[in-house]
Amino acid sequence: MTPEPIELPSSQGELRHHVLSVLVENKAGVLSRVAGLFSRRGFNIFSLAVAPTDPSRRFSRITIVVDAASAPLSQIVNQLDKLINVVEISHVNEQSVVERELLLATIGVAFDQMAGALALCASFGAEVLDATASEVTVTLAAHPDQINAFCELLAAYRVDQLHRTGLVALPRLTTPPVSPASAEPTDPHSN
Amino acid sequence: MELTGAQALIKALEHQGTEVIFGLPGGAILPVYDPIIDSSIRHILVRHEQGAGHMAEGYALATGRPGVAMVTSGPGATNIVTPLANAYMDSTPLVVVTGQVATGSIGTDAFQECDITGVTSGITKHNWLVTDAKDLPRIVAEAFHVATTGRPGPVLIDVPKDVSQSMMEWYWPEGTDDLDLPGYHPPVGVDEAAIAEAISMLLAAERPLLYVGGGVIQGGASADLRALAERLNLPVVTTLMARGAFPDSHAQHLGMPGMHGTYTAVTALQRADLVVSLGARFDDRVTGKVDGFAPLAKIIHVDIDRAEHGKVRHPDLAIVADCKVAVAALASAAGSATPSDLSAWWSELRGYQARYPLTYEPHDGHGLLKPQQVVETLRDLSPAGTIVASGVGQHQMWASQFWNFEEPRTWINSGGAGTMGFAVPSAIGAKVGRPDRTVWAIDGDGCFQMTAQELVTARAEGIPVKIAILNNAYLGMVRQWQEMFYDERYSEVYLSPDLPNYVMWAEAMGCVGIRVDDQRDVEAAIEQANAIDDRPVVIDFRTDASEKVFPMVPAGLSNDAIMVHPSQEQR
Ligand SMILES: Cc1ncc(C[n+]2csc(CCOP(=O)(O)OP(=O)(O)O)c2C)c(N)n1
Ligand SMILES: [Mg+2]
Repeated sequence: MTPEPIELPSSQGELRHHVLSVLVENKAGVLSRVAGLFSRRGFNIFSLAVAPTDPSRRFSRITIVVDAASAPLSQIVNQLDKLINVVEISHVNEQSVVERELLLATIGVAFDQMAGALALCASFGAEVLDATASEVTVTLAAHPDQINAFCELLAAYRVDQLHRTGLVALPRLTTPPVSPASAEPTDPHSN
Repeated sequence: MELTGAQALIKALEHQGTEVIFGLPGGAILPVYDPIIDSSIRHILVRHEQGAGHMAEGYALATGRPGVAMVTSGPGATNIVTPLANAYMDSTPLVVVTGQVATGSIGTDAFQECDITGVTSGITKHNWLVTDAKDLPRIVAEAFHVATTGRPGPVLIDVPKDVSQSMMEWYWPEGTDDLDLPGYHPPVGVDEAAIAEAISMLLAAERPLLYVGGGVIQGGASADLRALAERLNLPVVTTLMARGAFPDSHAQHLGMPGMHGTYTAVTALQRADLVVSLGARFDDRVTGKVDGFAPLAKIIHVDIDRAEHGKVRHPDLAIVADCKVAVAALASAAGSATPSDLSAWWSELRGYQARYPLTYEPHDGHGLLKPQQVVETLRDLSPAGTIVASGVGQHQMWASQFWNFEEPRTWINSGGAGTMGFAVPSAIGAKVGRPDRTVWAIDGDGCFQMTAQELVTARAEGIPVKIAILNNAYLGMVRQWQEMFYDERYSEVYLSPDLPNYVMWAEAMGCVGIRVDDQRDVEAAIEQANAIDDRPVVIDFRTDASEKVFPMVPAGLSNDAIMVHPSQEQR
């Protein structure tokens, strides 16, 4: 199985996606409310990652990468903000964001390929988690662009399993949270 | 004080000022029906849960207070899904309580289990599954708060049977600080700078227009709207949801815009250079083809829901505020402004009004009744302040066009969802909320057959509503489209005028039933009905199925493609 390069974050050209970092109440059904809103309104999700944020587990943070072509940003933010369980929404664009994604992949490597494969991993800072004589499972936590590049090079080997978590992101520390109203002027798609 | 969850729920509803619950019991909600016996709240036992939901809507629309309905789990809950969807579309505040199977059985396909919070998450403003009786007072307070503030809407509270049976220590949340709604902050106030800018845009415009939606009624802003319009001599259009927000008799009122709006209202939007939307949402039934809508106009969009700004049409000025606050601020700012001269605009509009008034061909002494004429006669013979409910179809459009709405909350109608069967139950709910008013439902024969059984409820509970069926023996609105756009190929729209026998059906339900098939009997029948106050009345008016609603903007076309009544077509 050769992984398709995932058409996710590309820093060149027009804006293809928005990254939203959404603080929600950690209550039953909240994820389904958020996902339901996106499907109902026709907002296309590229990836979504969620986990509790604080020790009290009162809130969770959802990082959503949404297709910029599917709706104007202001619509997405303002509709999301209407969900009662959504507490705060930050729109993080590429200049003002720290992003990470996690990859796990198992590749089949012939004996004579092993050294090259390990060197490739090392050059990306990927870590070997598990290995046999003919297979290695590696992990890489990096910017999605780097993960894309790594995946492309992995394709030289037999990729048995590949799993990506989707992006998680936080605003850089200088960016204040976007209130829904101020999301409007930056929106290039509104008609 | 130790209470069961059920007692706490009813007590919480009492604390919220609930006057009436529309509902029907069943297994999962049984515990909650026991304390109803001892409560001051009136319960109205419906014959179908859809009726409970629409009654609660009619109550809310007529009074401005949230409607409350209660049903059991599973099929009881799914039967109220249509009213929830309807209320969501029209931003009507409802609190619906559903029973649920015991918490331990959730997820096991237990008897009458249905994931109703899942089913309704897209058609409620919010919903709650209660998992602990001690949360009940807080959740009820949250539910009313969410339903009635910001952009109003329906909410649902799902209460498992073991929760309503377990014990809790009673308390009542003192204010919004005691609620657990960290993500809910409805906008308050208004940006004064935006108001000033709106006024200067209004003064600079040559062809300004106020496009008034349901938000003005929700916000109780009619008096301020009138002050604003009169001060600056502005023309006004009121959408289907806003009929009554501005008096129809007012000289500055151009009528309803949209697919079946008046020629002048539709054309005023197309010609305006500034459209001020007050609590309206640029619905497709108003805009027609969006690209061709109000092509010359700048837009000022006042709405409490930010997501409405730019959803359909990009506003040049967006004002996030309750119409109550925003229209008052506009009116007071206009008070110190010097109105501009709009005489050229007004003479253009007066020209349209003179040329294309609403019209129909009156009865010529032969044949079936003219539905428009029946509506006009009903209007003229009914007391001032009569509340009118309607179903969905041609009769709804004629009611909206030919009634004279003079005050808010006198028009009870299903706008966004277009729910057939809305008239009978919503009229009942309106009459419960406003027993001092005459309440007429103008209904279609198709619609009547969907929810007529609630007249049994009305008779049993002593709610004397009046129903005028415009019986054209057809699903008339669909027939109209088939006639006009499908080469008169009528597919599955014929209903028969005599099956059912409406008079016998009315009588079987304990109502007075009257049939009118002769034009000379119309007035007498209406007067007879208006004189009856101890039971519901149903009049079966036999109307001409060939009558069509005009004007009409064909679906998907620009408003410029408006078709006027055939008698007004240019030769
Ligand atoms: C629940 C529901 N089903 C179907 C429709 C589609 N529909 C809109 S108007 C209409 C005909 C209504 O017939 P009737 O009540 O007799 O009113 P008329 O148009 O004849 O005045 C239909 C079927 C609808 N709006 N609602
Ligand atoms: Mg009909």
